[in-house]
Amino acid sequence: MAKRSFEPLLWLLFSAGGVLAALLGPILLLLFGVLFPLGWLSPPSHEHLLAVLRHPLARVFLFAFCALLLVHGAHRFRYTLYDGLQIKHLNEFVNLLCYGGAIVGSAVAAYLLWRVP
Amino acid sequence: MRATTGYTEYHPRWLRRRKSTYWWLERVSYLAFILRELSSVFVAWTVAFLLLLVHAVSQGDSAYQYFLSWSTSEPVLLLNLTSLLFVVFHAVTWFRLAPQAMVVHVGGRRLPGAWIAASNYLAWALTTALVAWLLLGD
Repeated sequence: MAKRSFEPLLWLLFSAGGVLAALLGPILLLLFGVLFPLGWLSPPSHEHLLAVLRHPLARVFLFAFCALLLVHGAHRFRYTLYDGLQIKHLNEFVNLLCYGGAIVGSAVAAYLLWRVP
Repeated sequence: MRATTGYTEYHPRWLRRRKSTYWWLERVSYLAFILRELSSVFVAWTVAFLLLLVHAVSQGDSAYQYFLSWSTSEPVLLLNLTSLLFVVFHAVTWFRLAPQAMVVHVGGRRLPGAWIAASNYLAWALTTALVAWLLLGD
């Protein structure tokens, strides 16, 4: 029997991460990356953010968000190297680096979200 | 001959000119494609930045204040501005492709692409408002 391919699953996760990155990435970066640092809007208090993070649903959602965005990024970056720089002889190394990085990153996300007091 | 498909060593060499490594500089549309693909790096940075924020908030108020002042430093601000541009580029290209990727039938008729695009942009606006409300509604 032919080996079952992981590719369809990867494309599915890629799409899920792509949708989440498109829907939520811009506003999060706009607020925390640009508007708060430039002082155009005042950042939320520590108390408020902690209250948001304490909600289990917020943490479950944030974990899914982080993991899916990392897989999305890994998958796309893999093809950037493949198509863009035509690195085709190092496929196994590139895959390990990309998906391995996404898995490690997801584990770190799980740990950090778990540890929220 | 091997029965499996995929990469085989000693594949017959086709008469095919090798593309330049910088093929994506040849046309604006190619460059746009590779820039869209490069957004993956900035999506990954977004996650890292968010996790640093989560970590700081977990550590307490002083760590959070330190994070906020760190994010005002020029390199971080510049990186975040660049990331914002790339992630917005990702979002726009993603939603623009949505009508081709999603085929929705209602009552036996295919929903026009413009409707699907519009519903995606509406979802974008709603989630943006929701996040802003959740974070700013102190």
